[in-house]
Amino acid sequence: MSIPRLELLNISKRYPTVVANDDISLAVAPGEIHAILGENGAGKSTLMKIIYGAVTPDSGSISFNGKEVAIANPAAARALGIGMVFQHFSLFESLTVVENIALTLGGRQDMKSLGRRVSEVSQRYGLPIDPARLVHHLSVGERQRVEIVRCLLQNPQLLILDEPTSVLTPQAVRQLFHTLRRLADEGVSLLYISHKLHEIRDLCHSATVLQSGRVTGTVDPTRESPQSLARLMIGRDLPVCSAPPYQGVIRPRLEISGLSLTPDDPFAPSLKDIRLTLSAGEIIGIAGVSGNGQAELLAALSGETTVAPEAIRLDGRPIGHYHAGRRRKIGLGFVPEERLGRGAAANLSLGDNSLLTAHRRGLVRHGLIDHKAVRAFAAAVIARFDVRGASPASAARRLSGGNLQKFIVGREVAQNPQVMIVAQPTWGVDVGAAVFLRQTLLDLARSGVAILVVSEELEELFEICDRIAVMADGRLSEAIPTRETDSEKIGLMMAGAQEPASNEEVPHVPA
Amino acid sequence: MSLLEPRPAPSQWMRLLSPLLACVLTLFGGAILFWLLGHNPVLAFRVFFIDPLNSANGLSEWLLKASPLILIAQGLAVGFRARVYNIGAEGQLIAGATLAGGVALWLDGSGNPLVAHITLPLMIVAGAVGGGLWGALPALLKTRFRADETLTTLMLTYIASLGLAWLVNGPWRDPNGMNFPQTILFSDKALFPLLFEGLRVNASVFITLFAIVGFWFFNARSFLSYQLTVAGQAPHAARYAGFSGARTVWFSLVISGMCAGLAGVGEVAGPVGQLNLNLSPGYGFAAIIVAYLGRLNPIGIVVSGLLMALIYLGGEAAQVTLQLPSAITGLFQGMLLFFLLGADVLVDFRLRRPRRHPA
Repeated sequence: MSIPRLELLNISKRYPTVVANDDISLAVAPGEIHAILGENGAGKSTLMKIIYGAVTPDSGSISFNGKEVAIANPAAARALGIGMVFQHFSLFESLTVVENIALTLGGRQDMKSLGRRVSEVSQRYGLPIDPARLVHHLSVGERQRVEIVRCLLQNPQLLILDEPTSVLTPQAVRQLFHTLRRLADEGVSLLYISHKLHEIRDLCHSATVLQSGRVTGTVDPTRESPQSLARLMIGRDLPVCSAPPYQGVIRPRLEISGLSLTPDDPFAPSLKDIRLTLSAGEIIGIAGVSGNGQAELLAALSGETTVAPEAIRLDGRPIGHYHAGRRRKIGLGFVPEERLGRGAAANLSLGDNSLLTAHRRGLVRHGLIDHKAVRAFAAAVIARFDVRGASPASAARRLSGGNLQKFIVGREVAQNPQVMIVAQPTWGVDVGAAVFLRQTLLDLARSGVAILVVSEELEELFEICDRIAVMADGRLSEAIPTRETDSEKIGLMMAGAQEPASNEEVPHVPA
Repeated sequence: MSLLEPRPAPSQWMRLLSPLLACVLTLFGGAILFWLLGHNPVLAFRVFFIDPLNSANGLSEWLLKASPLILIAQGLAVGFRARVYNIGAEGQLIAGATLAGGVALWLDGSGNPLVAHITLPLMIVAGAVGGGLWGALPALLKTRFRADETLTTLMLTYIASLGLAWLVNGPWRDPNGMNFPQTILFSDKALFPLLFEGLRVNASVFITLFAIVGFWFFNARSFLSYQLTVAGQAPHAARYAGFSGARTVWFSLVISGMCAGLAGVGEVAGPVGQLNLNLSPGYGFAAIIVAYLGRLNPIGIVVSGLLMALIYLGGEAAQVTLQLPSAITGLFQGMLLFFLLGADVLVDFRLRRPRRHPA
């Protein structure tokens, strides 16, 4: 048997309140694509941070190419040939793509030739990015491409990918898988963290399943069913969302008509004549690759950008000129894509984060905060929406992505919105929490609320939406009833309309 | 290789320890400084930090200097928490003092007993209005033209101080003042009553006491203070919640301007007793250090304000007893700020621990 590229033996890591990793062993062969599967809080992130040198294990050993190593920090990991694509990006907003990449490569870099290399790698792996653009202007999806390209430029022997497909079209996922398979064929080992069971079955050669910090199975995913994988992962059968038909009165709640907008940011796409009617009891999904105007549309809908009064109506009332606070007051709930920093202030407690939007719910009287009521509200949201391992006093940044999202969605739902707008409801959220969040939205819709979901995860949209529209190049297609379409057709609409935009985006690379 | 590595999360302990560390380092720096100047450091520290507080007069002077520093810093901290950087409190102090002084001059000489009663209250109002207006100008410039308040507040300081210079050199100059740039000495009705006979500390400290309690309550309970905190810590979250960015700017600048203006009244209607060009020994600038040294916390600011006042007193004592130049006060302030900024790095970073390599 050949020497494993990476071998972990009996790795344990304890935190004061929780055992993050308990006696974990695994081996990855050269050229192997190895999945790490587990719910949020199962210990995947801690394990990856240990391999990447960001966290020191309490006990256990790590061998790389047969030699025992102590990985003191990420720089040491990179020197060994370990690259990592994080789920949370670590890019400097005020620098360009190529400057960001030069920073991790270290030393002096010739920006021009590095820029060419970036373009080459990005083209070769189907991850189009313009090296000269400021990261500030990039969407989440584009930022992820930068992270991936940045790792690939360092010719890693082991590449760790944390939920890399969440922001890609089905066609782009295929392209990425093609890339990853090619990397594996070239001998690169891949650690692939994901909760998408079908992807893991499709791509990975082996899978280590974690639950509560322990290994519950090391399996060949191609021989497992999604059900059996889910059982290993969450210890029971995967819950399925139920979408009963809406019984109430169907009437338009949110009407968008002739919404056009040229943002201040010259790199951001303009919105072109957006039209959509959202009715009580239904969920409409907006699909599309990020950076095609979703962020601008969401800002216009939430009130962070104001527009002409008549462009947006809520229950017939023109609200385009209302700012965010005023819109929320008349029943518009909004869950943004960025949970930390926008949906919640990272350093504030969950109690204080309740105040952010729910201050109208009796939490503030005569300009004074009723701290008791705030704690009670937060505690109620935590209990009702199953936010785990948190109390009203916990800082928002201490929560995992899934639990924070449950809290934010819960906070908005608890305010009884009439119309709810949700961006990326389950981005980077584990299976259990994702099902819970989707069911929450379905239940909310069936109670008569109109819901708009912007998501890059097509399966999710197909699971919960009554109709789906596609956003491409600042235009929104007609909303098509979900059962009259499929992910291939939607994927083509996303990519097809995108073609002219991507030509502008990517400069021609001299041969 | 770098000595520092980022912490996973900012250290709350270090946030509280860092001012103490800065004080200790300042004492060390001071010791070296005294030693280099040929003084016994232990003796010099006695002169600087102990002797000034040895008498009732010393304690009175201590309060007299701590009061404006604390008052201004309380106002500044509100804005600093919201990341609105008003560094022109000195100018707002002068503007408030000028307007209050104008009221005193205007009402001077009136024989009406009612006027005597309302002179001081009117001066207090005028000081708050003057300082508030001087804070409102940068707020207008920022919300209307996106002009950075760090620049405009500082530049307005020079305008205020030159405006005052013109007044005391021109229309408001004391005709019997031998051409010195100063107004007449105010009469008793335009001065805060003294608390103790023979000591300079006066009733203006009650304004500061009131402000401490008020800001503590504002900080602990008010929704507005919460909104300002969110605006400072997570501006996108504030936008998402629909909190007004313009209101944050206006409120921060006007409230800190008003506090500085009130501190100005405390000077002209207190120890200075007239308008002249030396009415503030840089309180408006020193209060910036006080606010940060006190961690922008209303109680912390009381402690740091008392320390900063002691540095002022010690500096005066060192001039008299040790024959040191007056720059010694500025040196200590500068060291304190320098070491505080240095120590604050340890809030977000920690020293890299040497790792043992496994055998």
